[in-house]
Amino acid sequence: MTAKTFEPIAPRPAPVRTDGPVAWAKQNLFADWKTSAGTLMILGLLLWWAPQFFNWAVVNAMWRPDAEACRADGIGACWGVVAEKYRLIIFGRYPFDEQWRPLVATCLMVGLLVISCIRYCWKPWLPVVCVAVLAAFFTLMYGDTMGLTKVETDRWGGLPLTILLASLSIVMAFPIALVVALGRRSNLPAIRSFCTIYVELIRGVPLISVLFMASFMFPLFMPQGLTIDVLIRVLVGITLFAAAYMAEVIRGGLQAIPKGQIEAAATLGLSYWQTQFKIVLPQALAMVVPGIMNNFIAIFKDTSLVTIVSLYELTGALGLALNSDADWRPYKIEGYLFIAMIYFGFCFAMSRYSLWVEKQVNKSKLR
Amino acid sequence: MTEPIITFEKVNKWYGNNFHVLRDIDLSVAKGERIVVCGPSGSGKSTMIRCINRLEEHQQGRLVVDGTELTDDVKAIDQVRKEVGMVFQQFNLFPHLTVLENLTLSPIWVGKMPKKEAEERAMAQLKRVRIAEQAGKYPLQLSGGQQQRVAIARALCLKPKIMLFDEPTSALDPEMIKEVLDVMVEMASQGITMICVTHEMGFAKAVADRVIFMDQGQIVEQNTPHEFFNHPQNERSRDFLSKILGH
Repeated sequence: MTAKTFEPIAPRPAPVRTDGPVAWAKQNLFADWKTSAGTLMILGLLLWWAPQFFNWAVVNAMWRPDAEACRADGIGACWGVVAEKYRLIIFGRYPFDEQWRPLVATCLMVGLLVISCIRYCWKPWLPVVCVAVLAAFFTLMYGDTMGLTKVETDRWGGLPLTILLASLSIVMAFPIALVVALGRRSNLPAIRSFCTIYVELIRGVPLISVLFMASFMFPLFMPQGLTIDVLIRVLVGITLFAAAYMAEVIRGGLQAIPKGQIEAAATLGLSYWQTQFKIVLPQALAMVVPGIMNNFIAIFKDTSLVTIVSLYELTGALGLALNSDADWRPYKIEGYLFIAMIYFGFCFAMSRYSLWVEKQVNKSKLR
Repeated sequence: MTEPIITFEKVNKWYGNNFHVLRDIDLSVAKGERIVVCGPSGSGKSTMIRCINRLEEHQQGRLVVDGTELTDDVKAIDQVRKEVGMVFQQFNLFPHLTVLENLTLSPIWVGKMPKKEAEERAMAQLKRVRIAEQAGKYPLQLSGGQQQRVAIARALCLKPKIMLFDEPTSALDPEMIKEVLDVMVEMASQGITMICVTHEMGFAKAVADRVIFMDQGQIVEQNTPHEFFNHPQNERSRDFLSKILGH
């Protein structure tokens, strides 16, 4: 008997293309009549709206800081408002001639934030740099030394204030949140109820009222003659507020750690704190990176509420800049778009960074 | 018989008020003895061995491990845990640490050993369980059998006098059970005191000095494996054996 010889069938191209932009559009945009209708509708809206926006924002826009011309023109954006007022928006009420100081201080601070996010810089010298930059920031801003004139904290404003409040309260709130989250799971009833009461009390009131209390009510309870700077009081208020929310996010992560992990740590002789710091928290925090970043971003934007206690950070400074000037008051939209872009830049950077962190901490789960 | 290394004297434990999980347990384990504990699920086997390193606390009676009585005293508990290693059904390796880091964690942070020495000792233990080439991987990248062997090596890194095994092969595929049992058999020949909750009767016959049968929180019968399997004294143990050996 003779064996059959193997005759391979020649490869043929697929009858329908499955890759390339045309195939993609067919699959995702025009799969059936319902998706096609949706696609066309959205496309139509875009075609109707985008040129209008483009005309307003670019074609008919007035770029010169000339309020007369803006009013005469009347149909385009008046970006001149930014050109005219940007120093007031970015630096608030800080004395005009001294504004190089907040500029340098802010650059230093942003530089510090950037390098402390880079793995290559996580070296023993980083804390030293942190302290040095903070000291430089406060020296530059406050002055009253080395030939710099004194600028009281209530005149600090704009972007430097936003960045200072956000970064310091994030950095301080995080450890507090860790301790509170652990405390709510403690076996000791006193600690557990203290942490629970703290979280429930703080979460139960709006940030505005916390700031209001920190700013106006707290001094009433202080002994005569002793005053704490409003900036510090507000900073403490935001920190305590943010920590309460963050603690709950972290507690969610703690609850997801299987009991077996803690038992294994116990049989290996690890102490409570060793177990928390070596075993529980690394895994719990890795799980709640998105939630924590959510909190960070919220804090960054919530700093805009300090306006109600007369600290003019970025949003407050915009109001300050435009409300007082009848010529430019009509062009608030342009001003808000300008600071929205600044906020978006920072928040988008944070959210991208959080994705990177997630990737790093999930390395042990890759096969 | 030499001085016992573990002594249970009328040990009782309840979960809540009404669930009497350990009832008047009397047991003494000699140094170097290898004991297999078996019994139906819910009979208190795991709870009993978990009392030995105080993962569970007993409410009545005396429990002495290597000369230290287990009470609420934290120092006593730490002392006992230094002498007792444990292997769990679910491995309980730390998934965020590499295999090597899992092994060196406790020697470095609890034993204050220099990192290099801890790593050398860890590699020696990994060789012993035949898994040294996986030292740099993360636990979830290994098979179940490999993970359990890492868990055994991790416990051995602390040079314990007593090893507790809580159903070490119950979460494994049949093919992987053998590789874990092989490691345990090899360990048994080295004089370490072993208490093993398991349903691997082949393992019990091969290495155990004594088999303990528990039901409803009590020790029903204890005997040498030969006597226990061939001439069970109690009708409850006869019934149990006929069920697990019958098929």
